[in-house]
Amino acid sequence: MAAITSDVHVEVRRPRRSVVIGVLLVVWVAAYFVLSGIDTLPLGGQETTGFHRWLTENRDFVGQGNIVFDTIRSVVDQLVVLLQSLVSQPSYGRPVPVVGWLGVVAISAYLAWAFGNWKVAVLTAAGLAFVGLQGLWQESMDTLALTIAAVLLSLLIAIPLGIWAGLSNRAFKVATLILDLMQTLPTFVYLAPLTLFFAIGPAAATIATLIYAAPPAVRLTAHAIRSVPPESVEASRSLGSTRGQTLTKVLLPMSRSTVVVGINQTIMAALSMVTVAALIDAPGLGQTVLKALQTLDVGVAFNAGLAIVVIAIVLDRVTTAAGDRPWRTASVRRKVLLGAGAIGVLVAIWFSRTYVWAAEFPSSIGVGSRIAVIAADVTTWVQDVFGGFTYGVRDAVTKGVLNPLEALLTGSPWWLVGAVVVTLAAILGRWKAAVPAVVCIGLLVATGVWQDSMVTLASTLLATVVVVAVGLTLGVWAGRNRRVDLVIRPILDAGQTMPPFVYLVPFLALFGTSRFTAIAAAVVYAVPVTTKIVADGIKAVPLATVEAANSVGSSSWQVISKVQLPVARRAITLAVNQGLIYVLAMVVVGGLVGAGALGYDVAAGFAQSELYGKGLAAGLAIVLLGVLLDRITQAAAPKPHGKGDKQ
Amino acid sequence: MTAQLEYPDIDDDNALLSIQGLWKVFGPKAQRVPRRPELAALDRAALAAKTGCTAAVRDLSFNVAPGEVFVVMGLSGSGKSTLVRCLTRLIEPTAGSLIFEGEDLRAADEKRLRELRRSKFSMVFQHFGLLPHRKVLDNVSYGLEVRGESKPDRRRRAQEVIDLVGLAGNEHRYPDQLSGGMQQRVGLARALANDPDVLLFDEPFSALDPLIRREMQNEVVRLHREVGKTMVFVTHDLSEALKLGDRILLMRDGAAIQLGTGDELVGAPADDYVRDFVRDVPRADVLTLRWIARAPRDGELLDGPELGPDLLVREATRLVLESDRPVKVVDGGQLLGVISPEEILAVVADPADSHWSAQSSVRPTD
Repeated sequence: MAAITSDVHVEVRRPRRSVVIGVLLVVWVAAYFVLSGIDTLPLGGQETTGFHRWLTENRDFVGQGNIVFDTIRSVVDQLVVLLQSLVSQPSYGRPVPVVGWLGVVAISAYLAWAFGNWKVAVLTAAGLAFVGLQGLWQESMDTLALTIAAVLLSLLIAIPLGIWAGLSNRAFKVATLILDLMQTLPTFVYLAPLTLFFAIGPAAATIATLIYAAPPAVRLTAHAIRSVPPESVEASRSLGSTRGQTLTKVLLPMSRSTVVVGINQTIMAALSMVTVAALIDAPGLGQTVLKALQTLDVGVAFNAGLAIVVIAIVLDRVTTAAGDRPWRTASVRRKVLLGAGAIGVLVAIWFSRTYVWAAEFPSSIGVGSRIAVIAADVTTWVQDVFGGFTYGVRDAVTKGVLNPLEALLTGSPWWLVGAVVVTLAAILGRWKAAVPAVVCIGLLVATGVWQDSMVTLASTLLATVVVVAVGLTLGVWAGRNRRVDLVIRPILDAGQTMPPFVYLVPFLALFGTSRFTAIAAAVVYAVPVTTKIVADGIKAVPLATVEAANSVGSSSWQVISKVQLPVARRAITLAVNQGLIYVLAMVVVGGLVGAGALGYDVAAGFAQSELYGKGLAAGLAIVLLGVLLDRITQAAAPKPHGKGDKQ
Repeated sequence: MTAQLEYPDIDDDNALLSIQGLWKVFGPKAQRVPRRPELAALDRAALAAKTGCTAAVRDLSFNVAPGEVFVVMGLSGSGKSTLVRCLTRLIEPTAGSLIFEGEDLRAADEKRLRELRRSKFSMVFQHFGLLPHRKVLDNVSYGLEVRGESKPDRRRRAQEVIDLVGLAGNEHRYPDQLSGGMQQRVGLARALANDPDVLLFDEPFSALDPLIRREMQNEVVRLHREVGKTMVFVTHDLSEALKLGDRILLMRDGAAIQLGTGDELVGAPADDYVRDFVRDVPRADVLTLRWIARAPRDGELLDGPELGPDLLVREATRLVLESDRPVKVVDGGQLLGVISPEEILAVVADPADSHWSAQSSVRPTD
C-alpha cells in the first residue's frame, strides 16, 4: 500500500524518469532471453583466480612481518588478556579469574547504580545471574572482556577526535566525510582485510570492533560540542576564560548527556561486532552461536543468542540511565550510600577470591541446557506443524521471485548487467552516480567473484523491496499516530540493539538453511532502522502544513500521498539507503546458513587457508556492492535547496 | 550615507570607550571591504552580490562617557549584537580602532584581552548563557573562578551580588529551576561579580515576557543608580531604549543613522527611517517643552506662568491647558518661547499624524 504511494508520487514528480527506467528493465529482460549464458563469469566453489592466489601467497608478507601492525596487535592483545584474566580466564597461576562471578556481579551492579539508578542495578545483577544460570558465564565474560577492551580503545580515540571535530569546522567536514563512508560498509567486511594485517584472534577482533564502534562516539561527541548554545561559550569567553577553561568548564560538561548517548551506541555496536567477530576466532558467545549454527543445533544457538540479547539489554539500559541522570552534586545521603555500597563490593570481591562457590558460577543448575532442549523441541514442533506452510512460502518465493531475479542477474552477460546498472545510475543521479557505478562494476569484475556478487545482489534487492514496503507502511503509521509510535518504538529499539547473529536463529528454525532464511532474517534486521527513519521523517513534516492540507478537505490518503510523503522524501530516500546497507550486511552473514555466495566465500576464506585470497576478494566485492548501492540511492535523493550557510 | 549627527559629543579625552571607524565584515577576504572605498560605499545587497560579504558593522564612530547608559538600537539584522561583541573582541573587528581608557584594545594580545575581560568588561546575554550544570552560586562565581580567586573569596563576592540583584535564597538551585526573569538576574549577577567598569547588555530582556521585562528594566535603572557602572545596552525595543538610555545610537544595516538623546530622536529624526521608527512613541512622555516652544506671536501676552525647558510635555499638559494665557519656557532667565494649548494638543492628541521636528515646531501643524 505504501509502496504504491511512493510510485504515484515518483510519477507525479518526474513521469519521464520512471518511464525510462521501465523501458530499460524491459529491454534488459528481452536481451536476457537472447544473450543468457554468455560471459557470465562463473567461478566454482573451490576455484580461484590468479588474483586470489596472489592474495593468498602474500598474506604473510603484508601481515606478520610488519612491525607496526605487530606492535599494535601485541598491545591490544595484552589489554584483552588482562581483561580476560580479570573476569573470564584462569589467571596468574589460579584456576579461576582474578574476580569471580560474585565480584563481577557486585561491581557491575554497583557501577550501574552509581552511574544510573537502582532499577538498572537490579536489572544488571539479574541479567548477569541469568547468563550464569544459562551455563554461559565464562563465554559471557569473554564477550564482555572483548567488548570492554574495544570500547575503551574506541573511546580513547573517538572522544578526542570528536572534540576536535566539534571545535574545528575543517576537522568536522573531514570527519563527516570519512564517517559517512565507514557507515556505508557492512560490518562483516571489516573482518576480512583486518585478518590480513592482524592475523585471526582476539586482537584482530578487537580492532575490527574498534573501527566499527568508534564512529558513533566521534559523531555524537562532535555534535554535542557543536550544539552547546553559543551564548554559553560567549559568556565564558566574555568573562576571560582561556580556551582550556571554556572546554573543561563549559563545553564538556554541557555535552555530557549527548556524549553518553554516543558511548551507548559505541557499546551496542561493539557488542554486536564482538559476537560477529567469532568468525575470526574471537572467543565468547559469538563462538558458541557460530558453532551451533554450523552444526544446525538451533537449541544451543538460541540459548547463546538469548545470553547476547540479555547482555545487550543490560548494557543498553544502564548507559541510557547514565545519560538521563541529571548532573547534580550528590546529596550527603547518596554519598554515604555510595560509600557503603563500595564496601559491599569489596567484600563481594574478597568472597569471590576466597571461596570457590563465589568464584566459579555453580554449574549444578542447568537452566541453559533446559532452554536449549525446549528451544530445540519448539523448533521441531514448529517444523512439524508449520513446516509445510513455512517451507511452502519459502519455496514459492524462491521459485516465483528469487530464482528468476537471480537468473536474470547471473545469467546475463556481465557487460549487459553493467550497462543496465550504469544507465540506471545515470538516470537517477547523472554523472555523480554513473562514474562510481562504472568504477564499482569494473572492480567487481576484477575481483573474480562476479557471479557470487550477482547472487548476493539478487537476495539483497528482493529483501530490500520487502523492507521498504514494510518500513514505509509501519513508518507512515507510526509517524501519523502517536500511540502506535509509543508501542512500536521500544520494539524497534530492542531490535536494533540485538547483534545480527541472533536474527538467524529463529529463521533457521522456520525455514531451514536456504537463501530465503537469510532474506527473511535481513528483512527483520533492516525493518527497524527503515521504519524509524520514515516515522521520524513523517513526524518532521510541519504540523501547519498537514493542518493546511486537512483544512482544504483532503482525505487521509491524500494527506499521506500528496503532503507527507513528498515532504518527507529525503528521509524516505535515506531510509531506503540504510535499509539496503543493513540488508546487504545481513545477507552476507546469511552466507553461514546456506545463502551461499559472497558470505560463504568470506567464511570459507577464514576456514580454508588456500581459499584465503578468494575470501578477501569476496570481502572486497561486498564493499564494492555496498558503495554501488549507496551511491545510486544517495544520488536518487533530492538535493536540499538553497544552501544559505550563515556565518 | 552616514547621517549628519548632531548631538552633544563627548570629546575623546573624556571618553571611557572610544570607537573610531569600526567595521565588521563577514565573508571571504573581508579586509578588502573597508579598505577599498568603492566596496565600502556599496549597500548590503550590492556588496553581497559583488563580494559575497556582509557588512554587519560599517564605519561606526562614537564615544561612551564614564557612567553613561549608552543604548544601541536597531531592528534585527542591523548589526547591533555584532557591534557589542566587537567591543571586547568576542567577534574580531575587521577595521577601526577601539580605545578603552587610553589603551588600544585592538592591539591587545590574547592574555591582555583575557585580563580586560576578567576585570573591566562584563556581558549579559539575550538567552542568558548560563551553565546548566552549575548552581546559581557557581554560575555567578564563574568569572572569579577563571581568574583564579580562592573559593572563600568568590563565595563571599558571589553572595554579595546575589543579594544585590535580589536572588538571595536561590544560591543552591540550578538555572533550569528558575523562571526566565530569575535566570537573567543570575546573568546580571554573574556580570557584576567581577566588578567591571563597563557592562555590556545584548538584548537582555527580549526573551522575557512584558511584565518581567519592565521589572528587570527598573532593576537596571536601580543598579545603575547604586553601582554607577558604564553600560552599553543593545535593544530592539524603542521604549526600552528611551527608558534606559542617556544617549541612543540608532543603527540600520550596520551603519549609524542617528545618535542622540531620546527626545532628540523623537523630536528631530534624522531621516524618514528614524521618523517611522519613532512614530508610535507616546511623544508627551519623551519630548520636553524645549521641543514645542514657539516664538511668541505679535500681541501675545507674556505674563503667563513660567516653566523650565526640560520638563516633559506630559508633566506640563494640565498647567498649559488650564492657563488662560501662553506658558513661557524659560531657561536661566532667558525666554526660549511660549506654549499654548494648541502645541500641547498637537503632541498629545494625534501623535501619528504630526511629524514633529525642530522645524515643524515653528510652522503650523497640518
